[in-house]
Amino acid sequence: MPKGRPTLVCGGAGCGKTLFAIEFLVRGATEHNEPGVFMAFEETEEDLVKNVASLGFNLARLVAQKKVAIDHVHVERSEISETGEYDLEGLFIRLGHAIDSIGARRVVLDTIEALFAGLPNEAVLRSELRRLFSWLKQKGVTAVITGERGQGSLTRYGLEEYVADCVIVLDHRIINQVSTRRLRVVKYRGSLHGTNEYPFLINTDGISALPITTMGLEHGAPTQRLSTGVPRLDTMLGGKGYYRGSSVLVSGTAGTGKTTLAAAFVSAACARGERSLYFAFEESREQIIRNMRSVGTDLASCADTGLLKFHAVRPTIYGLEMHLVAIHDQVRKFKPRIVVLDPLTNLAAIGDDSEVKSMLTRLLDFFKGQQITSLFTTLVAGDSPIEDSQVGISSLIDTWISLTNLERSGERNRALYILKSRGMPHSNQVREFRLSKQGIDLIDVYTGSGMVLTGSARTAQEAQDRADVLARKQHIERLRREISRKKQAAQAQMAMLQASVESDLEELNESLRQELLRTEQDVSERYLLATHRMADKSASTNQASGRRSNSSRLRNPPAAPPNRRSVLDKRNSR
Amino acid sequence: MKSTLAKRARKKTPKPRSNGDFWQLRLYVAGQTPKSIAAFSNLKTICEQYMAGKYHIEVIDLMKDPALARGDQILAIPTLVRKLPHPIRKIIGDLSNTERLLVGLDLRRA
Repeated sequence: MPKGRPTLVCGGAGCGKTLFAIEFLVRGATEHNEPGVFMAFEETEEDLVKNVASLGFNLARLVAQKKVAIDHVHVERSEISETGEYDLEGLFIRLGHAIDSIGARRVVLDTIEALFAGLPNEAVLRSELRRLFSWLKQKGVTAVITGERGQGSLTRYGLEEYVADCVIVLDHRIINQVSTRRLRVVKYRGSLHGTNEYPFLINTDGISALPITTMGLEHGAPTQRLSTGVPRLDTMLGGKGYYRGSSVLVSGTAGTGKTTLAAAFVSAACARGERSLYFAFEESREQIIRNMRSVGTDLASCADTGLLKFHAVRPTIYGLEMHLVAIHDQVRKFKPRIVVLDPLTNLAAIGDDSEVKSMLTRLLDFFKGQQITSLFTTLVAGDSPIEDSQVGISSLIDTWISLTNLERSGERNRALYILKSRGMPHSNQVREFRLSKQGIDLIDVYTGSGMVLTGSARTAQEAQDRADVLARKQHIERLRREISRKKQAAQAQMAMLQASVESDLEELNESLRQELLRTEQDVSERYLLATHRMADKSASTNQASGRRSNSSRLRNPPAAPPNRRSVLDKRNSR
Repeated sequence: MKSTLAKRARKKTPKPRSNGDFWQLRLYVAGQTPKSIAAFSNLKTICEQYMAGKYHIEVIDLMKDPALARGDQILAIPTLVRKLPHPIRKIIGDLSNTERLLVGLDLRRA
């Protein structure tokens, strides 16, 4: 707001002009120690105090503390008749007196256009207003002047011509039966201002304006990782889980376990001692706690220790912008490290796509700026493609987990896969997502024989496979035993053959020895005979040489074993 | 000079005679501007002419007592407030238009 200069706030009926002005005064008085004067042309003092009390402002106290002065200017045309020239010095004096009495730095004129209705001479009024604004500038007070929005011009009486330093337009639109207030700075001399329309809200804390998006993408990127609460899922996400400050989307058809996955994440955060905030748009706090207990996730103890806070409201309770502010408020108060929105889809029902997207973008920006890890669930209609996130924020999401139901042979089985996960190697495989009393379990699906099977089909197929393997093993075992039997038989046969060869050889040797003996005996007999016959010596020597040639012939039996041959040799040499 | 104006007003104002036919008038001014002086002299003339001895004029200078502006909801200067007879009437301007002043004071039907 330009200090020391007048600002015009204009808008239609009920768009919050007076409130804007009051807030300007009250904040000035309470937070900046700048007392202010409220000059009301439309409401009486009592009405004003009563009306703004509902927004949490205690005007009466501020008035008593001399921080705010309220002056009700009543102009009743029927009481006034005009004779000749006049000016509005009286107004100046009143205002000047009010300003001086509390040392005001801020002035609000609400709505000065009421004068146009009360005073007949417009020419005088215009020149006097021009004088008033320059007088206010001279006084160095920051002024807010409110004005009704007129046809084709910003204000009904063209006030913007006089108050030209800063003009703010308030607007109040109703889309899909939900109203959204918007604020736009039309002009602001000597300042760089956003020209967009900014939604704003009036709640018990007064006005809050929310920029459509943060100006830049400058949030940090922490490398710390957080467990998902499901060990197998951590493994699938590069072994460590989500990044801190990242945004996680869990999409899936009805009953696929989105809330369960969210609860597991929250429960893991509680175990680490981190605060979590759970925005439930479908179920109540008690309902979630009870339901999660059935799958072994104990949220009640988390909630009891104060680490987990539920904020369960119906999405239709107020507009998107109000939700955004409510979320902002809750996050600021509770300061969680983890925020869950379950499910986003319900929010989408109260606004059109572009609004929801803009709201979620801002929400994500906000979370990222605060380094809050956010988990959103979204319901996907059964017949739409799984990549359809319904709310068009898939591109804003860092990690996207998809849950589906696989239906086969009369049963539904949950399956989980990771569609994307920025900045980490992640598994590309489908896992069967099983919920039991012990909690969440991820099981490898059956992927053999070119099929993907889950549930009992997987179990049956696995049993079949095991039987097949067993049968093959038994077959091999049988073959092995047969071969060893054959081998034994062959060895026995070989031993038998060897034995018969050996017995043959023995026989041969025996006959040779007998032959030798017979020959020796023969020679000795002949010698005896020759001696007996007195044969001559030559004859006997011949006989001896003959015997020698005989024995040399005997030296070559091929089958004779070496030991036998050597025996023979020794015998021969002897 | 304002004080002289006020003094003059009081001096020339006779005591009220009857309540039913009595004008109690209050003229708000802010310092001695030409308009204020003109308003006072115009008022004086009319009063003497139409209700001599049956009126009381009180001149209030807002420069001196700014807080008094609130009571009668004064915006324009000069403003003549007819406190009596009821209802309260406000006439703004320097009272140079005699016709309108008379109508405003209910001295003449419009």
